[in-house]
Amino acid sequence: MNKKILALSTALLAAVGMNMGAAQADTKVGMITTLSGGGAGLGIDVRDGFMLAIKQSGRDDIEVVIEDDQRKPDVAVSLADKMVQSEKVDVLTGIIWSNLAMAVVPSVTAQGKFYLSPNAGPSPLAGKGCHMNYFNVAWQNDNLHEAAGAYSNDAGYKKTFILAPNYPAGKDALTGFKRFHKGEIAGELFTKLGQTDYAAEIAQIRASGADSVFFFLPGGMGIAFLKQYGGSGVDLPVVGPAFSFDQGILQAVGEAALGVVNTSQWNKDLDNETNAAFVKSFQAEYGRLPSLYASQGFDTANLLISALDKADVSDADAFRAALKAADFNSTRGDFKFGDNHHPIQNIYAREVIKEGDVFTNKTLSVALENHSDAYAADCKM
Amino acid sequence: MMSERNLNIAVLAMFIGIPAWAYFSDEPFTITLMTRAAIFALAAVGLNLALGVGGLVSLGHAAFFGLGGYVMGILAYHAQTYTPLAEWPFLVEGTKSMPVIWLASLLLSAGLAWVIGSLSLRTTGVYFIMITLAFAQMMFFFSISWSAYGGEDGLSIYVRNNFPGLNTLDPIQFFAICFVILLAALFLSARLAKSPFGLALNAARQSPQRVETVGLNTQRLKLVAFVISGAITGLAGALFADLNRFVSPTMFSWQLSGEIMVFIIIGGVGRLFGPVVGALVFVALEHFLGGLSEFWHIYLGLLLLLIVLFGKGGLIGLICGREKVHD
Amino acid sequence: MSLVLVFEQVLNGLQFGIMLFLMAAGLTLIFGVMGLINLAHGSLYMVGAFAAAAVAGATGSFVLALLAALAAAAMAGAIVELAVIRRLYDRDHLDQVLATFALILIFSEGTRWIFGSFPLFLDIPTYLRGPVTLPGGIQYPLYRIALIVIGLIVAAGLGLMIARTRIGIQIRAGENDREMIAALGVDISKLYTLVFALGAALAGFAGALVGAIQSVQVGMGEPVLILAFVVIVVGGIGSIKGALVGSLLVGLTDTLGGVFLPRILNAFMDVSSAANIGSSIASMAIYILMGAVLIWRPTGLFGARL
Repeated sequence: MNKKILALSTALLAAVGMNMGAAQADTKVGMITTLSGGGAGLGIDVRDGFMLAIKQSGRDDIEVVIEDDQRKPDVAVSLADKMVQSEKVDVLTGIIWSNLAMAVVPSVTAQGKFYLSPNAGPSPLAGKGCHMNYFNVAWQNDNLHEAAGAYSNDAGYKKTFILAPNYPAGKDALTGFKRFHKGEIAGELFTKLGQTDYAAEIAQIRASGADSVFFFLPGGMGIAFLKQYGGSGVDLPVVGPAFSFDQGILQAVGEAALGVVNTSQWNKDLDNETNAAFVKSFQAEYGRLPSLYASQGFDTANLLISALDKADVSDADAFRAALKAADFNSTRGDFKFGDNHHPIQNIYAREVIKEGDVFTNKTLSVALENHSDAYAADCKM
Repeated sequence: MMSERNLNIAVLAMFIGIPAWAYFSDEPFTITLMTRAAIFALAAVGLNLALGVGGLVSLGHAAFFGLGGYVMGILAYHAQTYTPLAEWPFLVEGTKSMPVIWLASLLLSAGLAWVIGSLSLRTTGVYFIMITLAFAQMMFFFSISWSAYGGEDGLSIYVRNNFPGLNTLDPIQFFAICFVILLAALFLSARLAKSPFGLALNAARQSPQRVETVGLNTQRLKLVAFVISGAITGLAGALFADLNRFVSPTMFSWQLSGEIMVFIIIGGVGRLFGPVVGALVFVALEHFLGGLSEFWHIYLGLLLLLIVLFGKGGLIGLICGREKVHD
Repeated sequence: MSLVLVFEQVLNGLQFGIMLFLMAAGLTLIFGVMGLINLAHGSLYMVGAFAAAAVAGATGSFVLALLAALAAAAMAGAIVELAVIRRLYDRDHLDQVLATFALILIFSEGTRWIFGSFPLFLDIPTYLRGPVTLPGGIQYPLYRIALIVIGLIVAAGLGLMIARTRIGIQIRAGENDREMIAALGVDISKLYTLVFALGAALAGFAGALVGAIQSVQVGMGEPVLILAFVVIVVGGIGSIKGALVGSLLVGLTDTLGGVFLPRILNAFMDVSSAANIGSSIASMAIYILMGAVLIWRPTGLFGARL
């Protein structure tokens, strides 16, 4: 008899517990990111960093729905519709690529959802097209290039050869670099998107009489360029944004990247408690060193959690104010939002080094301090 | 075995029943998925005219799909920024009106199809497949580097275009528009197949010499089929861009050309409803398999292989048996 | 621009063309003998590169890595031929395109499943590193010169094999009349498997060689595949000689177009817009070349006349 009652009450308790769990799970996050195909490494890092932070927070009232956009804008748009219409999420995040962000962000923010960008920061969304529900937790696209320009001044480069792929982010990169670089431009090249052979470009660099090279070639393009540059006998110093020197792809570049200076808002040796704990726990959880993208995913989740601690997402104004306050411990140390909801942060120059068998980065100096972006003035919010 | 006619009716019933159910049970995303299927089906109905009836294996139909998308994107972009599209030789204004956009994309896609067709039809077989692919690649690279309309970032349209008397932002109403257009295209292609033109085209595919001896110009027949085919796929592109409120160079990519072809083959080549069944199944697979595994493309690939290797005549062939052959 | 630089760029174009040839040769052989369009050829290129990277990582030997690439791609090719491709010979091009499209999906995601989502590392061996000085004072990477030499050796070897050996005779006979050579007692299905594996091995070899100076990652095969198709269509499908000429033409057009178009346009406009517009046109240049060739000669430069 007693046993029966006990069993019954346990079942009841369990049922109540489940109910409570269901009632508490009141914040739904939709993550649209790239998990298949060639660019999957970045999406996987953002996802893993994000989920690590959620796990560490110990909160079970945040439900994350994760979908793969295959790096196709139309798939991303369709998934965004699904997140909004069918999953009824409160907050969206996860997109890696600027062109996908441009396809998704304006429409979801117009529908009253919050969007937290863990990676892409296209200029229209920082300037004229800014939106009160859009927060960028990574950088405005030009930032790292601007820092590279500033660094090349510090390094005393007078005549730089610059190249990038022929697409909007590539043009922004060269504009961003030139915005801060004070020296002369020895040559300017737009390469084909997805190009894999850079012999012709390297020959032009050699012939140009430049004293340094700046390049922005994300993903496989950068790996190919660096390997070929390394073998060409041209030994001008190279500067670039962190994307080609990140933990995920650095091992694939190998020796050719050693000593190259690149700019980043984060590095694994940044000296603050949050970062040390993050690097350690990420390694323990996933068995690899975290990348820039993982740190951005982690920060994005912690920003979200900090805002949820202060306000309920259904109270949009209070929640927005809580996000804007950015009251969380960032892996980058100091972090705050400007008026256009883009970060104001330090951007560092780092150097590629070898630690044992692993290629990684060492922070050299601050390239730009408390840096905002060039479009903030155009943002009327 | 089910008769093909009954299957077609069942497919149409699904296109009406599923959105209706979704509407009443408040599942707007299901309606969006069905809209996607209807638009893909329309694109494939276009290709099916060239491929199934005319025997023209075009691996470059993304050129028309993308062009249709960009016609919509560019016209709407100029309308939403209040800038004229061209001031010379006469003033062209942007527009947000769907019928005008459709007309423009039909005409321009037909024009592009005429150019590509007249050049490509000089070749046959694999060469034809590859030259159509090459033209689509040209459009792809051009759109990526053409910065005036966003380049690789593409163009976002913040509000869907208007159709007189309807609220196009309401999923069910926009679905209705796309579905009606799909029906019209199906009707047109059924009529075309039975018309003297369609019969001659079919004959030109099976035995060109005979048709030539009767005094018909097979090249001209094929060109006309290619132009109509391109125009319909272009219209689908304009609708697709409106569905996403966004257009980008991926609409020109060769993978997309491949996918449109996949719809037809899943459904059944040369069957009136082949493209419709194929698009419906593809969208369903993308939706359900995509949720199952990160590596869902492996399963999709295996499934496609099985269909090609063992399901001759596509799904319709599997369900309804072989096509009746008239001698 | 100095003459030396022009010469160097021509050399770059030739070298790029020769790399394309390694891909295109297998593709054109398979098409010529079996009449099969193989979209999955790029996947075999990828298989070769991944096998090479894995073996180089484990053993540190570049030669072993190249052998592994040859073996892995040939094996993958033979398996695919036995399981799938041989059912496609009698089908129309449409079925072939779709089935090999499906193979791409399986290969790409399968590779990612095994090797993960990050690019792998594969480097030039130390003895081929660094530049050498050519006559005229051109500094040119030694590895690229090695690539040109290897490519030319492969081209010569293939030519000899087709002209002189028993297999070559069977291949040529197979191109001309399938029934006849079967009637003469040649095991045609074995021959087909062999040719397919050979084509696959060439692609895998190319993948490993190129992977050492590019990025070994999922999806690396597709851009090259499309270029290889352009090559064989320009050269005439089924012709090894056509593939060689086509590769060099495409390689030169692509490289020189990218270099000289912006400079030519610079005469009419400022540097930035010349760079921008010039590279836009350059990225379309090879497709324009292909269109032009086909309009002039609908079966390519060395294709059989219809």
